[in-house]
Amino acid sequence: MAFEGVDFYQLDTLLSEEERAIRDTVRAWVDRHLMPVIGECYIEGRFPKELIPGLAELGVLGANLPEKYGCAGLNNVAYGLIMQELERGDSGVRSFASVQGALVMYPIHAYGSEEQKQHWLPRLAAGQEIGCFGLTEPDYGSNPAGMISTAKETAEGWVLNGTKMWITNGSQATVAIVWAKTGELDDPKSIRGFIVPTSTQGYTAKDQKGKLSLRASDTSEIHLEEVHLPKDALLPRSGGLKSPLGCLTQARYGIAWGAMGAAMACYDEARQYARDRVMFGKPIAATQIQQVRLAEMLTEITKAQCLALTLGRLKDQGTMTPQQVSLAKRNNVQIACECAREARRLLGANGILVEYHSMRHMANLESVYTYEGTHDMHALILGQEITGIAAF
Amino acid sequence: MKIAVCIKRVPDTEMGFAIAANRTSIDPAGLKFDLSDFDGYAVEVALRLVEKHPPGEVVAITLGPDAAQETLRKALSMGVDRGVHLSAAEVPFDGLATARALAAELKDNRYDLILFGRMATDSGNGTVGPMTAELLGLPCVSAVSGLELGDGRGTAQRELEGATETVTFPLPAVLTIDEGIARPRLPSLKGIMAAKKKPVESRPAALGPVRLTVDLLELPKERAAGRIIGEGPEAVPELIRLLRDEAKVL
Repeated sequence: MAFEGVDFYQLDTLLSEEERAIRDTVRAWVDRHLMPVIGECYIEGRFPKELIPGLAELGVLGANLPEKYGCAGLNNVAYGLIMQELERGDSGVRSFASVQGALVMYPIHAYGSEEQKQHWLPRLAAGQEIGCFGLTEPDYGSNPAGMISTAKETAEGWVLNGTKMWITNGSQATVAIVWAKTGELDDPKSIRGFIVPTSTQGYTAKDQKGKLSLRASDTSEIHLEEVHLPKDALLPRSGGLKSPLGCLTQARYGIAWGAMGAAMACYDEARQYARDRVMFGKPIAATQIQQVRLAEMLTEITKAQCLALTLGRLKDQGTMTPQQVSLAKRNNVQIACECAREARRLLGANGILVEYHSMRHMANLESVYTYEGTHDMHALILGQEITGIAAF
Repeated sequence: MKIAVCIKRVPDTEMGFAIAANRTSIDPAGLKFDLSDFDGYAVEVALRLVEKHPPGEVVAITLGPDAAQETLRKALSMGVDRGVHLSAAEVPFDGLATARALAAELKDNRYDLILFGRMATDSGNGTVGPMTAELLGLPCVSAVSGLELGDGRGTAQRELEGATETVTFPLPAVLTIDEGIARPRLPSLKGIMAAKKKPVESRPAALGPVRLTVDLLELPKERAAGRIIGEGPEAVPELIRLLRDEAKVL
């Protein structure tokens, strides 16, 4: 059955016709192309890369970037709705789109030269080039300022060395946006961004095996050993940690919407199951325990939706702050984790099977809880905003 | 090729609905509306034909209140070139009234093909397409499930019970499209954005007189539980008695 969404507070009436049409078409695309294969991909531990051309044709890659670079030129609420609908399908697939759009296309657009934009953005939008974002390192996750990857300037250009870990799209990427220190290791201001074609000698990627979460996603370790790049590989307007953090703010915004998609999928599945599953002569939906579960889920989803939509309007207004994004990412992912877990429990034994979606979402959401700023880190970001004191 | 597709805005068939207090229509509260399913196939057929026989133009025409323009924009976002909105407060149940308005719009525009969905998924009458064809004096093939065009003629397949009928016809013609012929493409995001800039003309619908009205709309009676009368030939006399006296069908 086609997914019909969850809209208890009639937030649809606050969307423009265009935003609804965009949401509906991605929803239909996910039903048609992703849902039939996602269970299998998840079990097999592979990203459905055969869907990339379809995603590109739909126009979801870098959807909020300008039309002159081959992108859809949508507003940020529409971008959020796209992430919501993709993640209703699977967090790993939404992660692919987040990385490509917010972590690869965005930094090229925000910090790149016009030549770099003209060359890379249309190709990335069309899915002809696949990107990944190299910031996190094995020993530097929540503290990216401590990174030890280096970029030494030479007469011909740059030489990069370092290892990055937990890199979505790392193995399938044709281009990597790598962040490295151009100065001393204790100087995070010297962090700059580089466009690294993954075919460059010295770049290797290795799939990180044994994942129990985001299984339908390429998560890789990437290693740069004496990678020589021309001068124009540098993103000229990048400088300091604020550059990669600016990208993360974009991605985190999308994730605040995406998490709701997963929560909505779990709630919808639980609701239908509760009506159909009969025990002791009546549907389990007739029992108080399951009704309370569903009411809690609906309440949290509705609150999260109000939060995300307000945030999207702030972003379109140009007044959104990173701390506002932290609040929404932290909240919406947290409630999604809980919705998924409670839905799984409502589903009983059937809930452990991949043909039901809740447990897959539940497992995926643990990664979403952890990446793009852990739940706890976002609390500290808010704590600093509230008190003026950094407790990191 | 110049193709017109007549489309209708209908309530989403999968959603539950309630009968309105007036008991002659559906309560619009909470309903989601969309392009009727069969009209979606017709739009897809038109787009594919123009892609296969360029150059061409596909025009979508709808009759209804202003909200029907949203359905036109859905067709535009799929790739239709322009839209025509024939404005009417509501779509009459009387298909002939609608057909007259459509025929008035279509007659001077020299379309090679005029497509309809086989039937609207809300009223299910399947009348407007053939009636419009008749008013325009054009050949009509209904329930088309396969189509080939060439040299000013067309060949269509129609699925019948247990057989397929092949029909040839000259252009211009009117066809009503059945399911199975083509899966409607999903609008791309660029298509949705581009739809905003495509021309949509709106003018009052020249509806014919409405002579058919709905007197009563009600849900089917709930099927009562079955009753086992007996077993074997001994049960037959009692069965006949019940069919005659209770069910009153003999």
